[in-house]
Amino acid sequence: MDTILSLDWFLILTSLAKTLGIIFLIVLPMVSYTVYAERRVSALIQDRLGPNRVDIPLSVLGSLLGFKWKDRSIFLGGLGQPVADAVKFILKEDLTPAHVNKFYYWLAPCLAMVPAILTLAVIPFGSTLFGVPMVIANVNIGVLFVFAIASLGVYGIVLAGYASNSKYPFLGGVRSSSQMISYELALGLSVIPIFLVIGKLNLSDIIQYQIKHGWLLFPFTALFHSTKSELFHQLVLWPWMFISFVVFTISIFAETNRLPFDLPEAETELVSGYHTEYSSMKFALFFLGEYAAMITGSSLIVVLFLGGWHFPGIPDGSAGWVWGLVNIAVFFGKVAALLFVFIWVRWTLPRFRYDQLMHLGWIFFFEIALVNIFVTAGILAFFA
Amino acid sequence: MAYTVPRPKLTFAEKIYLPSIVAGLMITIKHFKRMLQGKTHVVMQYPEEKWDKSLPAYYRGAPTLVKDHDRERCVACQLCEFICPPRAITIKPGELPAQSKFAKVEKYPKEFEIDMIRCIYCGLCEEVCPEQAIFLRKDYAIVGTSRAEMVHDKAKLYEMGGVMEGLVPKWNEKK
Repeated sequence: MDTILSLDWFLILTSLAKTLGIIFLIVLPMVSYTVYAERRVSALIQDRLGPNRVDIPLSVLGSLLGFKWKDRSIFLGGLGQPVADAVKFILKEDLTPAHVNKFYYWLAPCLAMVPAILTLAVIPFGSTLFGVPMVIANVNIGVLFVFAIASLGVYGIVLAGYASNSKYPFLGGVRSSSQMISYELALGLSVIPIFLVIGKLNLSDIIQYQIKHGWLLFPFTALFHSTKSELFHQLVLWPWMFISFVVFTISIFAETNRLPFDLPEAETELVSGYHTEYSSMKFALFFLGEYAAMITGSSLIVVLFLGGWHFPGIPDGSAGWVWGLVNIAVFFGKVAALLFVFIWVRWTLPRFRYDQLMHLGWIFFFEIALVNIFVTAGILAFFA
Repeated sequence: MAYTVPRPKLTFAEKIYLPSIVAGLMITIKHFKRMLQGKTHVVMQYPEEKWDKSLPAYYRGAPTLVKDHDRERCVACQLCEFICPPRAITIKPGELPAQSKFAKVEKYPKEFEIDMIRCIYCGLCEEVCPEQAIFLRKDYAIVGTSRAEMVHDKAKLYEMGGVMEGLVPKWNEKK
């Protein structure tokens, strides 16, 4: 009895509310509308229109509710597309081919989706709301947790390739693992300069530092309240932070299997790569997992380099719950902007050849990230 | 003789890719912007917008039968039936009664069916017809809810073809 009473029920309930809220109110709708945005933006870039038809049909709605409405629809300009897609995925036949390894075949789609969402646990997506910090788990190992969990995402792909028992998915899985090895290094090394500068791994503390000293990528956001020497300090560090940002962003592209690094699914070479043998909702899980990973990756970039939920001139949640909501909106606005960049890059660049990818990962980014660490350390030692 | 193709000398900017990547991004965003501003007009939104009016004269749509004012042109010679590559045409010839005004033509199609599931719109029937009785018109949206519905019978073919003015050289000579 005592143990139940001594539990911090407030913490448990708020954490539960935050978890459910961020997943069902923000991330999953965002995932489905990122898919929609992907289709619309790609269409516009290629001088097409994209899905612009799906509205709410009043005749169908009316017959469901027992009314007789005219054959008209509420115009949404295609925004109903994700709903139509979801219905399609659920109603499709869920086929498990006879030649697959059933256990791993069923496990793989879960492993593709879960790490992407799990990673969001440590990402601070807002300041405070009614005094509750807007991060599900404010742990001190922040970034390490993200790297540890995000790397698990590759198991989904490798297992899918292995379990499918078919050559093209297998090649996709093998490619994915080698790609992961070559980019995880650069990914991990590229953020070390940040920790050298800030001295903490906790993502909330990283944001607090950026509020005080200016965003790492745009130091001028703290122009009004930082001293001259502080600003000078930030400006000297800026080029190295920028290199970190470039390496980190490109590694995130590789980590989330986005073009130009989508070798695991390379449609033109491998049919559709690791998910060739998948259909229906299991395929949808891979598909949504990729977009969830994009959102997680973008959130990480926003937290590390773009000041998280901070925007110059907007107070944090202690000024009122409205501002708390505004902070959350700012955060996801930044994430949305980055998602647009993801999509924009995808429809601009062709896919890398396999050896070019390895070359880029091992010869360029690994070295650049390594040199960047030493230079940043040197600068910090020199100015301290 | 062995010949070594000289490798192009790349500048530093070309070697690090980045400027060309940025240039590519600028091109795509320009297309994106022009679409948003409505300056690009490429796509036609099909059921609302159609290109029927700008169809060229040589457009090969559904094959149809045409009539003169008072008689059907088809004389049931069956040339189109024999030349039709997918064998979409079926003709049952009949004999014209002796008291008919056009008795000298002798034959007319009792039944004339074109299976539009089979038709490949090649236009050979139009080319081969000695009487200029069969024409490919501009109808392209041929739909039906059953196979039987997709078979155009004589009445339907005449309805789609209508009356065609214009000279048929052979008949003109004989008049």
